[in-house]
Amino acid sequence: MFKGVFKEQAVQVGIGFVFVIVLLGTFVLPEWMSNNFMYGLSRGLAVLGLMILWRTNLVSFGHALYYGVGAYSVAIAQKYLGVTDIFLRVVIAIIAAGLLGYVLGFILRKYREIFFAMLSLAFSMVLYGLLAKAEFLGSTDGMSISPSTLFGLEIGRFGLFYFIGLIVIISLIFAHCYLRSSLGHLTTAISDNEIRVEYLGYSVQKAIHIKYIISACLAGGAGGLMAASLGQVDPDSMVLWSVSGELVFVTIMAGLGNILAPFIGAIFFEFIRTYAYEFAPQAWQMIIGGTLLAIIFFLPGGLWSLFEKINPFKKEKK
Amino acid sequence: MQFLTTVLFDGLIYASYLFIVSLGLTITFGVMKILNVAHGGFFAWGAYLASISIIYLGDNEYNSYFYYFAIFFSAIIVGLFFGYIIERFILRKMYNEDIHLIVLATFGLFWILEDLILHVFGVDPLMPYYPAMELGGIEIAGIFQGVYSLTLAALAIIVAFICWYFLKKTKWGKLLQSVIFDREVSVSMGINVTNVYLITFIIGGMLGALGGAYIAPTISVSPGFAIDVVVMSFAVVVIGGMGSVPGALIGSLIVGLVRAFAVHQAPILELFIIYAIMAIVLILKPEGLFAPPKPRKI
Repeated sequence: MFKGVFKEQAVQVGIGFVFVIVLLGTFVLPEWMSNNFMYGLSRGLAVLGLMILWRTNLVSFGHALYYGVGAYSVAIAQKYLGVTDIFLRVVIAIIAAGLLGYVLGFILRKYREIFFAMLSLAFSMVLYGLLAKAEFLGSTDGMSISPSTLFGLEIGRFGLFYFIGLIVIISLIFAHCYLRSSLGHLTTAISDNEIRVEYLGYSVQKAIHIKYIISACLAGGAGGLMAASLGQVDPDSMVLWSVSGELVFVTIMAGLGNILAPFIGAIFFEFIRTYAYEFAPQAWQMIIGGTLLAIIFFLPGGLWSLFEKINPFKKEKK
Repeated sequence: MQFLTTVLFDGLIYASYLFIVSLGLTITFGVMKILNVAHGGFFAWGAYLASISIIYLGDNEYNSYFYYFAIFFSAIIVGLFFGYIIERFILRKMYNEDIHLIVLATFGLFWILEDLILHVFGVDPLMPYYPAMELGGIEIAGIFQGVYSLTLAALAIIVAFICWYFLKKTKWGKLLQSVIFDREVSVSMGINVTNVYLITFIIGGMLGALGGAYIAPTISVSPGFAIDVVVMSFAVVVIGGMGSVPGALIGSLIVGLVRAFAVHQAPILELFIIYAIMAIVLILKPEGLFAPPKPRKI
């Protein structure tokens, strides 16, 4: 599955991009600016998960469920087990989200279009309803997360940034391998015609289930990393339906063209939000909403379509 | 006994308010197949415009009729103004797009409407309590109830009746039903579908704004209070069946009563139980409890 993956151009460009971002963020840029890159890279994982789903024409308006499960599992592991190791944190977040995705996948894999979106919204709001009222988890105030460690040593902000970069690179490689495998190629086939895929001998539901679990794991990892880098989890900024809406928005803004697009989109989104909040604190939602409409109308392929136009490495079609 | 009556009253009042709001949502979905997240924006705008005009009228006993005039007038203005702009200049260009893109566009519009409120009305909470205070309260079955809240239930019944009459008994209702059934055939039969869509969207928006405007005197209207209503009315519409008017009625009754019961008995489950019902309905009967039968087309 992983054979020859480093020879693929998309992976090379992706790894290079992450290296540049991490080096820029840790050595060159001031802290507030590099924070945007860090949050962008973390949230980009969740967006990558949504993109993988979207390629089958399934749009989850409740992906904050896995994002929140990842973040809260980090918080719970710290509170009850005392886990602060960054590696364990991310593993716990991914496993928790993946297990939930596995269970819910049995139900969701039968749903399409607006029903899929609505059912995932319902599941995420169920979790929100529980978390917002659960006092032992801090209800709406949430919980704070202590700084991460690795093998007992505190890794600090730089270390966390490197770790996020590493996780992002691993996910990029994994996502690329998944998408080029025969299971991944079913993606577009299913969105074109499900019945034909069934006649070819593949199980559509099984393919969607696997895709859903992958997507859940990515979102859970994003939630875990985000919890570690923000130092705080709370239901309103992790699980509410508007968070899912934001993630879907970043997906459409980034475009579905490439595995790198979600990360570029997520970083861009963080910058819009920071700058809009800085210069027009009462109009930042308006600016984000306006950007969303502008992208839908004038740039249907997302930001990635801009890169494709100027891409110097573009292979000539024979 | 006392407990049950309290739950019943609370639940019915909440249900009538939810019904008005989600009726607008379900009509928009039924006709245009659009899941309108911006509905929350209409709701908030209706509430704000009504509050501002009630506060402007002031606490004056000669004004009591003007209060209701202000409430309905603000709902109509909000529906006409934003409904026209949004449908005419944004949604009309998107009908051939993917359904998810349309939802996202209305989500962006919701953000814009929310922020416009901050600019037009400021960030301070408004409390237009005069109409509710003026009507006072009465004692029914040993429980003190605000009369204003009871008129909300009456309004819901009137709205439901008008809607039923319009859809089943008038020529316009029949035109609407044929558009719901099949858009292309309706166009070929000479129905101006473009106008039908515009009017439907405006009426849906008016209903959302009316819900907000009428509830405003009983609550404190502050920025961001619409965000819960959006997803709550989504739950109602999904439980009842997307695009079904009796479905919206039953859905809001279920949500209203269950929520009132949970608030009094187990506050920790208040939000959880509503969305749990939504999820269960979607799992068992994805089309909703009262979904209109789908025409089979060849």
